[in-house]
This record gives sequence, C-alpha cells and structure tokens, in this order.
Amino acid sequence: MKLTLPGRVAGLSLVAALALTACGSDNTTGDSTSSAAASGGTALSGTLNGEGSSAQKNAIGEVISGYQSANPGVTVNYNATGSGAGIKQFLAGQVDFAGSDSALKSEEKDGVVETEAAKTRCGGNDAWNLPLVAGPIAVTYNLPGVDKLVLTPSVASQMFLGKITKWNDPKIAALNSGVTLPATDIKVFYRADESGTTENFTKYLNGSAPADWAAEPAKVWPGTTGEGRPQTDGVAQGVKSTEGGLSYMEWSAAKDNQLGVAQIDNGAGAVALTGETAGKAVAAAAPAGEGNDLKLKLDYAVKDAGTYPIVLVTYEVVCSKGLAADKTALVKSFLTYFASPDTQKGLEEIGYAPLPEDVRGKVVTAINAIS
Amino acid sequence: MSTVTSSTEPSAVPSVGGGLSGLSRGRSVTNSIMTVVVYAAFLLALVPLAWILWTVLSRGYGLLMDQNWWLTSQRGITPRRVGGGAYHAILGTLVQAAVCALIAVPIAVFTAIYLVEYGRGKLARAVSFMVDILTGIPSIVAALFIYAVWVTTFGFQRVGFAVSLALVMLMIPVVVRSTEEMLKLVPNELREASYALGVPKWKTIARIVIPTALSGIITGVLLGLARVMGETAPLLILGPYSASINTSLVDGPMAALPTMIKDNFGQALQPATDRLWASALTLILLVLLLNGAGRVVARFSAVR
Amino acid sequence: MTSITGHSEADAGPSGDMAATGRVGDRIFSALATGSGVFVVTLIGLVAAFLLAQAVPSLMDNKASFLTSREWQVSAGDLRFGIADLLWVTVISSVIAMAIAVPVAIGVALFLTQYAPRRLARPFASLIDLLAAVPSIVYGIWGYFVLRDFVQPVQSFVESALGWFPLFAPLTVSGTIFLASIVLAIMILPIITAISREVFDQTPAAHKEAALALGATRWEMVRTAVLPFGKPGVISASMLGLGRALGETIAVTLLLSVTRGTFSWSAFAGGETFASRIANGSAEFDTPLKTGAYIAAGLVLFLLTFAVNAVARIVIERRKAFSE
Repeated sequence: MKLTLPGRVAGLSLVAALALTACGSDNTTGDSTSSAAASGGTALSGTLNGEGSSAQKNAIGEVISGYQSANPGVTVNYNATGSGAGIKQFLAGQVDFAGSDSALKSEEKDGVVETEAAKTRCGGNDAWNLPLVAGPIAVTYNLPGVDKLVLTPSVASQMFLGKITKWNDPKIAALNSGVTLPATDIKVFYRADESGTTENFTKYLNGSAPADWAAEPAKVWPGTTGEGRPQTDGVAQGVKSTEGGLSYMEWSAAKDNQLGVAQIDNGAGAVALTGETAGKAVAAAAPAGEGNDLKLKLDYAVKDAGTYPIVLVTYEVVCSKGLAADKTALVKSFLTYFASPDTQKGLEEIGYAPLPEDVRGKVVTAINAIS
Repeated sequence: MSTVTSSTEPSAVPSVGGGLSGLSRGRSVTNSIMTVVVYAAFLLALVPLAWILWTVLSRGYGLLMDQNWWLTSQRGITPRRVGGGAYHAILGTLVQAAVCALIAVPIAVFTAIYLVEYGRGKLARAVSFMVDILTGIPSIVAALFIYAVWVTTFGFQRVGFAVSLALVMLMIPVVVRSTEEMLKLVPNELREASYALGVPKWKTIARIVIPTALSGIITGVLLGLARVMGETAPLLILGPYSASINTSLVDGPMAALPTMIKDNFGQALQPATDRLWASALTLILLVLLLNGAGRVVARFSAVR
Repeated sequence: MTSITGHSEADAGPSGDMAATGRVGDRIFSALATGSGVFVVTLIGLVAAFLLAQAVPSLMDNKASFLTSREWQVSAGDLRFGIADLLWVTVISSVIAMAIAVPVAIGVALFLTQYAPRRLARPFASLIDLLAAVPSIVYGIWGYFVLRDFVQPVQSFVESALGWFPLFAPLTVSGTIFLASIVLAIMILPIITAISREVFDQTPAAHKEAALALGATRWEMVRTAVLPFGKPGVISASMLGLGRALGETIAVTLLLSVTRGTFSWSAFAGGETFASRIANGSAEFDTPLKTGAYIAAGLVLFLLTFAVNAVARIVIERRKAFSE
C-alpha cells in the first residue's frame, strides 16, 4: 500500500516526460511563408554544420534564419564556440565549415600546420578562407552631453592602459576642440572572458600605435586598469550604467545600447563609424592569399580619408573541393545566399558592415569555383 | 551550566507568585531580544527566496503562457526577434538528466547496499568517506575531469553524453545518502525472518529490503535529478549550446536550459532578455516540480 | 584467486542447504555492491590522477611561479600563469559568505527546532530548503540584474565609514567580491541550516528539561543545552557550506568583475575565483597546454574542497563517537 504513491509519482513523471518528447518541433513561427522556389531550381535538403567565431554569431544567425525560410528543407547549424574550436572541428572533419576571426595559419603551432591539416581534411585540396562578415569594433563611451568624441590610436591606448585617467586630460582635449569635457575619471570596461573582439581590438592598438600599446594581441585583455565583465552584454551594461565609462565592443552592441561611439583619427582626420567607412577598411586590406583563397591582411594603421580602421573580418573556412556532392551543393547554396548583396546589406542594420563590392565579387567568384 | 544553576536558585526557592516574578529583568530582556533575533533570522532567510521567485515569476511568466514556448525551439530566432520556444532546451535537460540517472542510480543503490548490508572495516569507511568527498566536489571540477577523459584523452566531441557523465558524479552521492538512510531504517527483524526461511542474502535484499526502502530511493533520485538539472558548470565545459532540437546524445551540440539562459544573458536586447527570464522560470519550475515530488514521496511513505 | 573461491565454497557448504543459485546470486550481488563501493573510491582517485596528468605538462612549461604569480598568460607560446590572485579571491569571498550565512543559519535552525510551533516547523523548514533548489545560474542573473543595485548603497556606506580598514578600502568596481559573497551566503544558507537543524533536533530532551527545570529562560536553555550539544554539527555544516562556496561557478562568474590591476585586500575589489577563471576560459580550450593551465587551477580547487570536506567529516565523526 505504502509504495503505491511513489510508484504513481514516478509513473506520472515518466509519462509526462515521454509526452513532452513526442511533440514539439523546430519550426518557429513567423516568416516561413516564402517558398522553396526562392532558391531557384530544385529544392535543396540536408544539414550543414558550422562552428567557430562568436564575433559573427549574430550575423550568421540572421543569415541562417533568412536562408532557412527560403530553403525549408535545409538545416544550418552554427555553434559559436570560438574560432580556435571551430578550426579544430573543421580539421577533424566534424563540421562542414568553420567560422574564424583569423585565416588558417601556414606556420606550425602546437605541432599542427593548419593549412596542411586542412588539405588532408579536404581530400588533398586546399581549404579557402572566404571573408563574409565584416564587424566593426566600436570604441564606446558614456559622457552625458558629449555627442562627438575623437580619439587617435595613441590616445585611446593610453586611456585603455590607465595612463590618461581623466576625461578632460589635455591630450583628449587637443583632439576635441570646442567640446567641453568633464573632469570625470575614465572607467575602462573590458571583456572578462576570452574573446575574438579583444584579440582584434588589441591587434588594432598594437598595429596602429605600437609605441603606446606594446602588449601582444591576445584573446585575454592584457590591460590592468578598469574592470572585466562577462561577455558583450557585460561591458555594454558597464558603460551604459557608469558615467565616464569607456569600452570596446561589436558595433551592434553599441547600437543596441545607444552608447556614444568615438570617431577614430588614424592620421587622416576623424572618421565616424558607419557601414560604409568600415567597409572601406576591408576594401583597403591587402590580399594575402593566392587565387580564390581570400585571406586578407588588414592594415590597422590605414590613413585613407573616410576609412574606419577597427574592423574584424570573420572568414568562413571551406574546402575548395573534396566534400560529398550533396554537401558541396549545400555549402555553395548557403554561401551564395550569404554573399548576396541583399543579405550583406541586411547585416548593416544589425551592426555589421556590408562587404565592399569588389571583395564581394571575389568571394562570389570563389564560391562558384567550389566543386 | 554552573552560572545558570547559581543564578536561578534564589528565584526558584520562593515559590510565591508565578515563577517569573523572580526572574531578573536583565535575563528576561536578553531572552526577549534573542527571541526577536531568532525570529528575525528566519524572516531574513525568507527575503531572498521570495525576492528571487517573485523576480523570475514576474519577468518570466509572459512567454510561458504561449504554447509555442513549450512546443518550438529557438531555431532561426535571433536576439532581436521575438518568438520561438524552449522545447529544445527542456528536451536536452530532461534527456541528459534521464541518462545521468540511468547510470548513477544503479551504482548509487549498490553502493548504499554495500555500506549498509556488506561493508565492514577499512573499505567501508573509505567508501563512506569518498561519498562525502563526492558530495562536496565542485561541479566544475567534475566537468574538468570528464573533459580530461572524454575530450583530451579519448578525443571525443563535446556532446550531451559527456554532460550526463559529469552529472553522474554529482548525482551518485545524493542517491547513496538517501538510500543508505532508508536501508538503515528497514527493521532487522525483516531480514532475520527472511534468513530464517532459508532465503539467500541477495534475495532478501532484492525482495524485502529494497522494496521496503523504495520510497527513500525514489526520493533520493528525484532530489538528485533536481540538483543536476540546475547545474551550469558542466554545460559550460562539455555542452555547447544549440538553438535547434537535437535528440542525439552522441552527435552534435545539445541545448539545455542553463545554457539557454546563459546564451540569452550575453545579449542586450529586449526579446533576448524576456527569454532569459522565461527560461529561468522554466528551469525553476522543472526543478521545483521534481523537488516537490521527492518531498511528497518522502512524506507519505516513510518507513517508520 | 581460485584457491580463495574454493575456500569460501567449502565454508558455505556445511552451514546449510542453500541452493546453488542462492550462493551464485549472493556472490554476484556482493560483488556488484562491493564493486560499486570500490568504484566510488576509485573515481576520486581517477579525478586526481587525470587532472594531475593533464596539468603537469603545462606546469612544466610554466615560466612563472604557479603558487605566487598573479599572471595568467596562457594563449601565446610562453605560458606564464599563477594562482595567487585566484586563491585569495576564492578564499575571501567564501569566508565573507560564511560570516554572513553561519549566524543567520544558526538563527534559522534554532527557530525551526526550538521556537517555531511544532506543527509549522516542518513546512517552514521546507521553505528554507527551497533556497537550495534554486539553480545557481538563477542566483547569478538575479544578483546581476536585481540585487546589485541594492548592494551598491550598502557598499558606499561601509566604504565611507570603514574605508581606512584594508578589507573595506573603497574601489570603483561594480561587480565586487562583497556582492558575490552575499549571493554565495544565500546559496549556502540552506545547507548549513539543514544540518544544524538536524543536530539541534537531536539535543537530548533531558538536557533541555534540566535547564528549564532550573528556571532557565528559553534562550538560556538554548545557550546552555542546545548550542554546546550542536556545536560540532554546526562546525561541520559550516565546512560543508564553505566547500560549496569555494567551488561555486556560474553565479560568481556572472557577478564578479575581473580586475587585473594592482593587488587589493579590499572586499570591494573585483577578481576571479578558481571556478570563475575556468568558466571564463571555457569557450576557448583550444590547445592542450592552455587547457592544462586551467586544469591545474581546477586541481587546486579540487584539493581545497577535498581538504575542507574532509575536515567537516572528521568533526562530525568525532561528535558521533562522543555522543554514542
């Protein structure tokens, strides 16, 4: 008698669990109305798995969302676990493409030459780095009443390192004549977790003001001033809630939180951050790969007028050849959608820069050459 | 003791009036103050409980009212878009916990049987000691251990099953302790009567002792499940998040409620914040449900 | 092996006419039970062995002193990492949490066992137990989005009143050790309460009645009979709570701001605990050497909690031996 109750409870919970497993679906409400015909030709189906950089997470999330409603038969998974992890999984053949903030390395690191390993993974063919997402990094601040702020890499470095501690420091004032700067303390916020944003921002500071920023670029913030907060939201909230706050973050986060975004003067006058100015930095980048490998070498010290220099490029790393035919078709179809002008333009709304037309053209050529 | 005795004696001797008249003013004031302090401590402890539950409930209930929350995943939903559900995460949490229980419960029950029915001497003491150590092992250490075995040594992927393995380590001690308590409560007369009839020891345990203690075992399992479902650290190390439904424990990332909360924590947008509280509320409801069930079982079927 | 089996069969044989299946069943059953017990013991050994094995290569490569360095440079080729900061923040945050939680927990346990009406004691106890059921990530987001704004004024007040004392030195960080400690205190409160409640409940009625018969007030009865009897239990409970606080991961990770500047003794500084450092690095475990550095930190955390839990166990064992 005594045992009937526990038995009943256990049974009930089991039934409940089973009932829950039985129903439910991935189909989300909303814009799944567009038909499969949008992709042209026969409807594709299958699953494409990608893994890597979290810097492009929002961008690729948006792209996948749009792609899947155009191709209801296809599932694209992207797991934003980090660039290093993405490349590791790609080389191990666990995912079909990797998203990475840096191109595959051709020199040895921990006993692995990534480009060679990628060749093995692709059945003897090269893997290509295709730049598809350009994410500007914004230098954000919180100073009520200051709508326009200009910084140079040298001054920014000194502020982030705690060598300039007040907002009304003469060095800042010299760049911002006509602006009344308060005597507030500069409160630096940085990413507490390891992140590609930190790596690219320190790459910029190190590349454009090496005299002021000597630390090697790294995923862990090297500075000792200020406080580290978890993830993008952490730093954004920090700046938002602290007068005198200063930080760096993806442009999208700066937009979402309506934070002040500093203009950057790399030597050719102050440049405000827009999709166009950031795109120019990508356009100005020197190609570092051969043929359809579109590895870019960003020039962080770029002095062209109207070019916003702090940009992070995320590559999709794919096999040029050697994938199974059905996977190849999916990769091509997905990347073609990704590189289309409409998709790229849509990215600007959520804080990314659309690829400049000539880079986009090269990417499309490369995608078409995948076989 | 001596101070009390000496100070109370004079007041206890004259038995005129109520006993209290002799109580010195200072002592009665101290007593009143301490009574207030003790009541206040209890009320103070209730403040965070009420505050947390209210926060999560008031901010999270909205989305839970929509049936899509229970039936769809976050596939294709970006932080700036409303909609989608937590089905994928609820499923992942339940499946991982269920597999964890399948592995942990037999080991734990047999360990408890060993401690109560077989264990003597050094080994028994070592086992009992190690169960205590296992109770206190931080979940992140358990996760690092499984990572060291599963990913680094064997080269496997970070998948749902690895999470389950880490959870096993956290669940075993909970089930061992509650099972042990119940086995100890089974009257020895029952065992002896069974032996007297010539029933072998193992049959006695399997047919008489365990059924008698079953409610305690179920309570332990439910409480253990409640504990492991809320664990986040193993998921950080072993269970990457996925916005889509994944029913496979050995292939690809599998969502779980704690990682869904974490995923939405990193975003600054309102739709994501709404989902943050809604998934937190879902997790609390799930855990409290199991916890409550465990307590009900314990209350109504205790062997006394 | 075979000879031992032979012996036991010979022993079992004459003792009764048990069926062969019974003996085989017994042996299997006892092997399963013993095996499970041995497994649990081995598991702890394996944890130590695996963590050590993977930490050693990184420790060998470490160019800084593991115990005294404050650096954490694990990405590039040369590893430089140490745990000095982590150890301090881990210990101080847990100790402050204890300082808050233990007195309250004792009060709650006394209320539930000595003051509350008998009929209500049980539902009240369940309420406190509910605190233990709230997942730690929920504590984390609640602390981050809600509690922080309420703690800040308290902090400013303490800073202005006691700022001269190093532990309360004013610093301009929003996610402080103090905030994390408060949340940790709430999280370990139910653990300490539950065990304290149990031992207070076991106070022999004779002791309590003796005190009351002598005319003691209720508080005097508690002070002279209940508390002395329950002391080892409370100590043991506090140690278990401490073990929990030392290893808590996600709540602390979300709450603590990281600071890498000059070292501060202040509770109003930020920092990282062992667990939060590992959690912050967990998304980028890409090379074995880097992972090894985090595993080394995990190993120290393991040893720390092992020691604390062992002490808790020894204290409670002593009490058992004493009271039996």
